[in-house]
Amino acid sequence: MRFIVDILRRGAFVLAGALLAVPPAGAQEPIRIGAFLSVTGPAAFLGDPELKTLELYVERLNASGGVLGRKLQLVAYDDGGDAEKARTFTKRLLEQDKVDLIVGGSTTGTTMAAVPLVEQAGLPFVSLAGAVVIVEPVKKWVFKTPHTDRMACEKIFVDVQSRKLSKVALISGSGGFDKSMRAECIKVAGKYGVELVADETYGASDTDMTAQLTKIKGSAAQAVLNAGFGQGPAIVTRNFRQVGLMLPLYQSHGVASKEYIRLSGPAAEGVRLPGAALLVADLLPEGDAQKPVASAYGKAFAERYKAEVSTFGGHAYDGLMLAVNAMKVAGSTDKAKVRDALEATKGFVGADGVFNMSATDHMGLDLGAFRMLEIRNGDWTLVKPAP
Amino acid sequence: MAGAWLQYMASGLTAGAIYALVALGFSIIYNASGAINFAQGEFVMIGGMSAVALLATGLPLGLVLPLAVLAAVLVALLIEKVAIEPARHAGAVNLIIITIGVALFLRGVAQLLWGKGVHRLPAFSGEQPIEWLGATLLPQSLWVMGGAAVAVVALSGFYGRTLLGKAMRATACNRLAAQLVGINTRAVLFASFGLAAGLGALGGVLIAPIAFTSYDAGIMLGLKGFAAAMLGGLGSFAGAVLGGVMLGLLEGLGAGFVSSAYKDAIAFVVILAVLFLMPAGLLGARDSERV
Repeated sequence: MRFIVDILRRGAFVLAGALLAVPPAGAQEPIRIGAFLSVTGPAAFLGDPELKTLELYVERLNASGGVLGRKLQLVAYDDGGDAEKARTFTKRLLEQDKVDLIVGGSTTGTTMAAVPLVEQAGLPFVSLAGAVVIVEPVKKWVFKTPHTDRMACEKIFVDVQSRKLSKVALISGSGGFDKSMRAECIKVAGKYGVELVADETYGASDTDMTAQLTKIKGSAAQAVLNAGFGQGPAIVTRNFRQVGLMLPLYQSHGVASKEYIRLSGPAAEGVRLPGAALLVADLLPEGDAQKPVASAYGKAFAERYKAEVSTFGGHAYDGLMLAVNAMKVAGSTDKAKVRDALEATKGFVGADGVFNMSATDHMGLDLGAFRMLEIRNGDWTLVKPAP
Repeated sequence: MAGAWLQYMASGLTAGAIYALVALGFSIIYNASGAINFAQGEFVMIGGMSAVALLATGLPLGLVLPLAVLAAVLVALLIEKVAIEPARHAGAVNLIIITIGVALFLRGVAQLLWGKGVHRLPAFSGEQPIEWLGATLLPQSLWVMGGAAVAVVALSGFYGRTLLGKAMRATACNRLAAQLVGINTRAVLFASFGLAAGLGALGGVLIAPIAFTSYDAGIMLGLKGFAAAMLGGLGSFAGAVLGGVMLGLLEGLGAGFVSSAYKDAIAFVVILAVLFLMPAGLLGARDSERV
């Protein structure tokens, strides 16, 4: 049977076509990989590279003979960032499409909407969303690939410590990502001997943060941490230089994109932020376990889509590859066996980091998965870890 | 402390200048049609985004700015002809609904045309902050405040000294009477859309180096401008300017002295209080004949 990759970008009703394309009798059934992603809507910047990555790699895997001697078939839906739709599509994936596992859920909201369904159905589910709540407390069938915001805070505080600083001012936006990261940073600050001396916020579409930064300037802060997402952090960065703050500025992994550097202009010089190895694949030292994986994925994505690789596509790459790896280890697509294999994943090198899952950790990444980056001459550089 | 005060005032005045330009647009169209034009924020966006697009073609900045404003004016005039004028007898509520549709349409087209990314214009005259009494000001902020001030002066000249301006004022006072003395109120409505879009687009172009621009940048600016127009008194030009500046200052000082988390809330609570005591706004007409 020739492989069929179903690209259901918009609207689910095209699905009928996919169902008609059942393989001829006698041919081996393909392995069906379900996905619900936020390809359009406000979270499109997540879902779009994720879908592209899944399509690209399902194609590549099939070209090299598939998995367990069977072809892969991708059944993808666009939830538009809407949790209610994500729920509906998950139901459809479970009941009509009868997929073998699900890789998807671009946002924490859409993921959490699907969690009760997959838990009830008993289907392995690898989420591509960030928040800690997805894997804490551990849910039997739910795994995730991206780093959490708590890890970003920890990575930053470790760097703050290594610079012999302890007083940090926090400035964050009002979006979901921003709020969640702010809360996590406040939670873990004490663990790293960091004292938060200011806690300022700004609105999602604010255009001027000089008032907040002037207040921070008057505080005892030795470093500033901006938990933010979207265009806000670029404005913070520019205002930061405008009001003459000379302190180290940290941004979150949420702005680890070239767009942030472009919008901030020269004000971004010297800004540090935790980012995935993927962004700096070329800069990684030879011998770094992630270098070959990150470079290969980055190259394949850039070649195919003529677009810059993004961290978010990397989450999808890891999700798919972890699932494929688990099926290979399990030697079947049996749901319980695949789940157990996922949970037993050890030393799996992905784009996001090296995964070591366990019964108590369904993400499996440690702080080493984040690289501390510094912006120099309008580009990323790696910060050498303190000795 | 004086430095902090000045800093909050400066950021408040910069934002306030833009709100004032948007608020003026609301008042102009309200005066001509009795309707609120909810596409006003989109004119701001078109100004900023078309400036970015024009600049990318290699045109010099000095030429890009007037062209971007012109582009927004042309779009507004086209929309007035196609969508507003055929429905001008339908009543204010229908017109308002139409403008909401227009806003959605323009936002969608901008998204298709220019993508979903956030863009920035280069500052007009360098990015080196100016220090003054402990506060720092971007040169672009001076452009914003200066540009808005020039626009307001030019507008009052236009209303006070030109025939079209006087015709627009007469229409605002009483449309029927204006028609009776031979004023073409259709032309007034047409011109009002162009004028409102021009002011909004000017704001959009001036603020783009500071606040960036994207296909959905008009939503919040439109809302703030509308709030400023209500605060000052819908239909009053002095009120629009006063309302815009006040809203900007409330936000700036609120964020600085109270809490940045509540700065929008502070601004809107003050607006509610003002409207409660003075339902027509600070400088609004004191008549109550419109029901």
